[in-house]
Amino acid sequence: MAENGQLTGTFRVKSGMAQMLKGGVIMDVVDAEQARIAEEAGAVAVMALERVPADIRADGGVARMSDPEKIVEIQESVTIPVMAKARIGHFVEAQILEALEVDYIDESEVLTPADEKHHIDKAGFEVPFVCGATNLGEALRRIGEGAAMIRSKGEAGTGNVVEAVRHMRAIVGGIRRLGALEHEEMMTEAKNLGAPYELVRWVVENGRLPVVLFTAGGIATPADAALMMQLGADGVFVGSGIFKSGDPATRARAIVKATTHFKDAKAVAEASRGLGVAMVGREMGDLAEGERLATRGW
Amino acid sequence: MAGNGETNGVAREEEGQKRVGVLALQGDFREHAEILRGLGVEPVEVRAVEDLEGLAGIIVPGGESTTIGKMMVSSGLLDGIRSYYYKGGPVWGTCAGMVLAASATTGPRQPLLGLMNALVERNGFGRQVHSFEADLEVDGFEEPFTGVFIRAPFFEDVGPGVEVLSKVGDRVVAARGENILVTAFHPELTDDVRFHEYFLREVCSI
Repeated sequence: MAENGQLTGTFRVKSGMAQMLKGGVIMDVVDAEQARIAEEAGAVAVMALERVPADIRADGGVARMSDPEKIVEIQESVTIPVMAKARIGHFVEAQILEALEVDYIDESEVLTPADEKHHIDKAGFEVPFVCGATNLGEALRRIGEGAAMIRSKGEAGTGNVVEAVRHMRAIVGGIRRLGALEHEEMMTEAKNLGAPYELVRWVVENGRLPVVLFTAGGIATPADAALMMQLGADGVFVGSGIFKSGDPATRARAIVKATTHFKDAKAVAEASRGLGVAMVGREMGDLAEGERLATRGW
Repeated sequence: MAGNGETNGVAREEEGQKRVGVLALQGDFREHAEILRGLGVEPVEVRAVEDLEGLAGIIVPGGESTTIGKMMVSSGLLDGIRSYYYKGGPVWGTCAGMVLAASATTGPRQPLLGLMNALVERNGFGRQVHSFEADLEVDGFEEPFTGVFIRAPFFEDVGPGVEVLSKVGDRVVAARGENILVTAFHPELTDDVRFHEYFLREVCSI
């Protein structure tokens, strides 16, 4: 939109917002008190949601966008950016979140999908979107739809980092492999990835995604956060890992520190000391097929 | 790389390549570093007070000012950069860096460097949906500069010793002092390197 010579909602402004979050930790919160704890611990943003993923798993049923009342309460309690989740394909939830002026929308597999075939047409919104991906093709499809930031999906609410590692390796490894392509191979690769040709070409030429790549899904300890950063993440989303642990404020600070100093093993060791009980994790083999959230999204 | 830093320092002196720091606690420090490299200076990622040694200038990048501020306190860099500045070290703050450079904020209390006599309004242009690009008239620039404003701050008021370089309406979005430059927008997100050149030439005297 253009007004007084000011252009809003450009891709540069939307993807630039994610650039400012790099090297930081974005924390799931369900109310104002948790949001203040997150901000105090050094979070770069908070994700406002009704229930953390571990509780969504435990409770079952349909998981939807948060009550706007809660989102506003969280917006009023902190000065850092506030993000919120919409269901995959639920563009009206996204319109509502935009009207509330959340700073970023996560079109998230953690909520129950509203459309089994289509994602939201994100390019048409002024507010930027982040989307989950399990591999490079999925990441580029989301960017093609207008996502201005990508995160690995991982397996949210499990406290188990194994799926986040798998997804991050798939995305980063996929980018590395593209670097070796000849020009005439790009179209076939685009077809194989199920990704837009122009984006495949951009990645071949630049050796990275055109947007910021965060990690999410199962990060529960400072070591998990540093692991994901060393694997190539630009920053970290932590969901249930903080507020389902024994001492959320201390653990939140520790994960922030480990994310900043992810290459410095001494600092990560220091951050890992005396954190109390981590959240109870789930083994992937124990999840029934229907319990796997990462398979949502197309 | 590792090993004898002094030898490296001497070698660099001989090549005449200057080292300019970018505070690398959080935010888009890599973009600044890439532009600096393109302009022929060696970027140094600053994470600890020792990293300030021998720098010809330092950039405090965009990011979350509360997060960066807290990390500057815990790493000792809040005092480190203040002391660097008051000994004459050149500093450039972009966006979050501009907030941190101010002496006071209209919002809740947060750690500030307080290098510039100015009152800053954080997120002064509003939340992300109001983030924008605009062509700015800048004092000393012949052509307009495209400012990318992201949840950007502005100076509501400036005191003596602060020279205003650019405004959006009546809001100050670029300013300088003797050895300090601030911009509310992000030159590092554009291909236009004029502000980086300005910092190196006019503030760092490189």
